[in-house]
Amino acid sequence: MLSYVIFTLTLCGIYALLALSLNLIWGGVGLVNLGLAGFFAVGAYASAIATGAGAPVLIGWGAALVVGAVVGLVVTFATLRLRDDYLAIVTLGFAEVIRLVALNERWLTKGSDGISGIKAPLKAELGLQGFSIFYLGLVTLIVLVVWALLRRLDLSPYGRTMKAIREDQQLAAFAGKTVLRFKLQAFALSAAIAALSGALYAHFQSYISPDHFQPLITIYIFLAVTAGGVGRPSGAVLGAYLVVIFLEATRFATEWLPGLQPVQIAAMREMMIGVALILVLHLRPQGIMPERIPKAPRQPTPSA
Amino acid sequence: MTAALTIDGLKLDFYGVHVLRGVDFTVPAGSFTGLIGPNGAGKSTLFNAVSGLYRPKAGSVRLGQAETTGLPPEKLVAAGLVRSFQLARGFPKLSVFQHLMLYGAGQPGENLLAAMLRSAAARRREQELTERAFGIARRLKLDHVLDNPVTALSGGQKKLVEIGRALMADPKILLLDEPMAGVNPSLTEQIADHLVALNRDGLTICLIEHDMALIKRLCAPVIVMAEGKTLTQGSFDEVASDIRVQEAYLGRRH
Repeated sequence: MLSYVIFTLTLCGIYALLALSLNLIWGGVGLVNLGLAGFFAVGAYASAIATGAGAPVLIGWGAALVVGAVVGLVVTFATLRLRDDYLAIVTLGFAEVIRLVALNERWLTKGSDGISGIKAPLKAELGLQGFSIFYLGLVTLIVLVVWALLRRLDLSPYGRTMKAIREDQQLAAFAGKTVLRFKLQAFALSAAIAALSGALYAHFQSYISPDHFQPLITIYIFLAVTAGGVGRPSGAVLGAYLVVIFLEATRFATEWLPGLQPVQIAAMREMMIGVALILVLHLRPQGIMPERIPKAPRQPTPSA
Repeated sequence: MTAALTIDGLKLDFYGVHVLRGVDFTVPAGSFTGLIGPNGAGKSTLFNAVSGLYRPKAGSVRLGQAETTGLPPEKLVAAGLVRSFQLARGFPKLSVFQHLMLYGAGQPGENLLAAMLRSAAARRREQELTERAFGIARRLKLDHVLDNPVTALSGGQKKLVEIGRALMADPKILLLDEPMAGVNPSLTEQIADHLVALNRDGLTICLIEHDMALIKRLCAPVIVMAEGKTLTQGSFDEVASDIRVQEAYLGRRH
């Protein structure tokens, strides 16, 4: 049971990074990125392949960050003229392209067999239980660091400009902002975070295959950010933890339902997740931790 | 007198419909220039072409001595040309204070790394801008609504925010597209007084307005546009007595 809890919490952290990534790009500059699973996969494969070729794990993670950011830039340049629904469709397509490349380029990704035996850092030294706890701590620490940095960004002049671009990018240009620079940087950073999350996932599972990167992950993360509160990093993290815990809890909930086939139980879980999303949107459309408008600093009393 | 803005032979068409058909005029530095003309004369389109929203097909725009034809809005703002919109526009989820701060230029905290590391330069600049924002808010009597989202403001207050945030950008020339439209008469007077005071402090203003009494009181020179061209210019009384101007507004006598 303990190892199950540790597993779940580690997964929470990995999803929290994805939620932070989505919140940066969607809650920040307002770009709907349905290609999250693609960036997640890019990071996982980048680190798995790099460490498979003999690189240390840290280098693998660094490679995931860099490759993620570069792919993010490529996707942004390819979609410069697109916004809203059109951008969403193209990014969804991007994630599928990544999955199909992983499935078919066997020389690089071993196709549907997947890459197994991905290095687990310090596993030999710590033993199985020790490694799980160590990895949970590491993932949680990374979530905390990324959250703290993004929260600072959110409250900074940079964050203010991002939100202005989200609300009305044309007007932001008339406020003197170089809209394209903000979009490119935010997208690259967001993609890098999603890729880092993928790398952490790969070394945690020690096995990845194209099946792990279904579009459903993206949907879960949208659910997490929506439930937590779009535009607020703390909300994204909270939402991710709630979604993963809820997903796991449905496993147990369905055990109480008598007379169902395993296939029906699986379908029942999906239904419960759908109902949960509808409930959240209905009861709290702005999310559990809605975006706040920062207050102006205390006004100095006018001299004279 | 030097020119703050020089427009020379500016042309623009949309899919063959000629909206601007050669606009020429200058806005003298330090002046409070009025731009009038009947509906459809191309006044707002001219603002859009000058401020970087549209790229003119021909002609040139100069800001002071610098050639600025076809530059994107953010470059023009940096060069000192700031505009407001006919229908007050804002960022729905930002507060009045954030609107003001957003327009402050040269904030190093808009650099990704500086923002995450909370650099000292960014904090210093934020402090300076905060003080300016308070000053402008007090001047425009917006200081009691600073924390409100702009969507919660009255129509008149939205217009004041438009003017306030434009001032934050420290413009050399301000293009105002009907800042008094849809505002109650007493607030119209207030806005007019603010504009006169700003103009006296040295700000060049170019104003589109349909209220002729206001134009007469505030503006010199007055430029008249009709059918995508400059018709005439001069003092209000000169242009008002011009038979071509009367024809443009009222139609020709047959």
